[in-house]
Amino acid sequence: MHAASRRGSAGPGAFLGNVAQGSRKDARDAVVAARAAGSGWAGATAYNRGQVLYRVAEVMQGRAAQLAAEVAEAEGLSAARAATTVAAAIDRWVWYAGWSDKLAQVVGNLNPVAGPYFNISAPSPTGVVAVLAPQGSSLLGLTSVIAPVIVSGNTCVVIASQDRPIPAVTLAEIFATSDLPGGVVNLITGRTAEIAPWLASHRDVNAIDLTGAADATGVDWGALEAAAADNLKRVLRPEGDGPAAREPDWTAPPGLHRMTAFLEIKTVWHPKGR
Amino acid sequence: MTRFDYAPAPESRAVVTIADSYGLFVGGDFVPASGPSFPTVNPATEEVLAEIGQASAADVDRAVAAARTAYEGVWGRLSGAERGKYLFRIARILQERAREFAVLETLDNGKPITESRDVDVPLAAAHFFYHAGWADKLGYAGLGGSPAEPPRPVGVVGQVIPWNFPLLMLAWKIAPALACGNTVVLKPAETTPLTALLFAQVCQEADLPPGVVNIVTGAGPTGQALVEHPGVDKLAFTGSTEVGKLIARSVAGTRKRATLELGGKAANIVFEDAAIDQAVEGIVRGIFFNQGHVCCAGSRLLVQESIHDEVVHRLKRRLATIRVGDPMDKNTDLGAINSATQLARVREMTAVGQAEGAERWSPACTLPDRGFWFAPTVFTGVSQAHRIAQEEIFGPVLSVLTFRTPAEAVAKANNTPYGLSAGVWTEKGSRILWMADQLRAGVVWANTFNQFDPTSPFGGLKESGYGREGGRHGLGPYLTTGATR
Repeated sequence: MHAASRRGSAGPGAFLGNVAQGSRKDARDAVVAARAAGSGWAGATAYNRGQVLYRVAEVMQGRAAQLAAEVAEAEGLSAARAATTVAAAIDRWVWYAGWSDKLAQVVGNLNPVAGPYFNISAPSPTGVVAVLAPQGSSLLGLTSVIAPVIVSGNTCVVIASQDRPIPAVTLAEIFATSDLPGGVVNLITGRTAEIAPWLASHRDVNAIDLTGAADATGVDWGALEAAAADNLKRVLRPEGDGPAAREPDWTAPPGLHRMTAFLEIKTVWHPKGR
Repeated sequence: MTRFDYAPAPESRAVVTIADSYGLFVGGDFVPASGPSFPTVNPATEEVLAEIGQASAADVDRAVAAARTAYEGVWGRLSGAERGKYLFRIARILQERAREFAVLETLDNGKPITESRDVDVPLAAAHFFYHAGWADKLGYAGLGGSPAEPPRPVGVVGQVIPWNFPLLMLAWKIAPALACGNTVVLKPAETTPLTALLFAQVCQEADLPPGVVNIVTGAGPTGQALVEHPGVDKLAFTGSTEVGKLIARSVAGTRKRATLELGGKAANIVFEDAAIDQAVEGIVRGIFFNQGHVCCAGSRLLVQESIHDEVVHRLKRRLATIRVGDPMDKNTDLGAINSATQLARVREMTAVGQAEGAERWSPACTLPDRGFWFAPTVFTGVSQAHRIAQEEIFGPVLSVLTFRTPAEAVAKANNTPYGLSAGVWTEKGSRILWMADQLRAGVVWANTFNQFDPTSPFGGLKESGYGREGGRHGLGPYLTTGATR
């Protein structure tokens, strides 16, 4: 266990609670769970996945007051700012939910090949994605890295913000009590620097999102990317210039890139003929 | 009765002029390399065709500087329409000089003249035509960060290509890069540099601004210098998974981008309801096209158990008609192995297959005395654990395995670290679509195999690499937006 501390009105450093300190064993178990959930989730209809993501938003709405209090304490925000942040997080789930059955139409297409063939390119999920959740934005940022990964059929193992884990624990409860199938999202609280290398080098992880490397104590995202090369994981680098990593502005429009980073374009050919 | 045999039908090599030695193409001019030279040989005869300059790190640095100057001074500022005109012109010149390119490719690579004439060169020209049209339409490609934000070029691109389709791989790399407004430094494979150097002449003929395309010849160290050069914004590599991983490590922690087209061990899956004769043609095309020097080759035949004997029988009967020999002969089906090194690799892997207990078969055929040759080879009785079922051989060698149910076919097909391509042969439409969903491969050929087209994205899953080349999707890696930088 490690202690989560308060940065809110009661003053920085105040005790908020004890949180489970995930280990590399937990990370490995989570990968097994994510892999096991993969075929069912990827095989679900896009309509169904959209419904599930929308349901997450609904359940969050029901616990908005609790989430706002936790975000305020974790991030040191005023009650009003925290409520706005929670509302933005709920809106983000709704936004991504809507993408489930549109993404293939926007990023896939027919290809007019020079021959008598039907030829189509469509996205498929990359597989199991490890996600380093942002250190700063404990709920909106967390939402903004999980939703784009799972909406297309990936499953994930997420390391929550090391010092602001309590909203993630509540979000995990929301997942457990909504319609999200078990194993699609696996949330680990703990020390990012301790767990991330095991996920970066894990042979049964297909991709890694390094967003949470920004401001994470002791995390070298270049080393994680190098470890990820062992099985050619798809890597979403943290924003920033050169080796510097910067947490994105989570209030900006998300765009497609967090979804497309974890998609594989598959092209299918078939002859045409009488 | 006398057996009628084919009369020789050699293509003339008079159409090409090969210089004794070649330098590098940097900043629009041919310049001597500062390193020592190395020979490029005709793999069908072992004749030395020319001496090639080996680019040193300093040479690579000059090429990258030339590409940067051209990017910042000319190409990056040119309108899409103007860039497109250059690409259209290059495409036309490739068509006009098609015979010359085909003959040179066959001499340097060893592939049959019919393949370089009918596949490599026309497809290379088609890639330039396709991408020429994109140059002024990139805002419509849906690849910007948001509907309001048009995509921009990445900058200077370093490209390293293999020896199996030298000109075609060059076209796959250079055409999209230039269409999107980037400039390039390209390293052709050390055993097949000649068509890239001829392409440099085409760039001159097309009046392409100096430095937009730079060609540096050499072996591994030259490629490494290009990969590690800090002035390169993006890398595009086609080659082995082993080298691909080195490149992925090399760019780790930087802001350099990379696309990797790597190895494969494709399953070609034949169900009992397939049109067997068509499937046999597809199996032959899948593994014996281009001597099996194809990353997406259908090197694992997965045949449903009930038709195994029938398919193997018909396959062997078909392979007995394959003509192995002089690549310049228009009747040749199977040409030379590209190099002594690759021949040794194919021999080693087939020896392993035999030692592991698979049954080896080749049709009766006489191989030429000189050059690098390997008869078409089929292994039956192969299991999932055999190395010839797991490792890429990159030669005319087919491993035959069996399955009983569609689920078993999928499980076996996906049971490799690779995920480049797959083939499915069945007359049942619903099964094709189900299989296409299940197969972890970037390209799925149903009732066909080894088809390529500039409009069709190509690239792999898992350890076959990342990124796509060709089609709308192939533009993405050569463009950037604020959000994806």
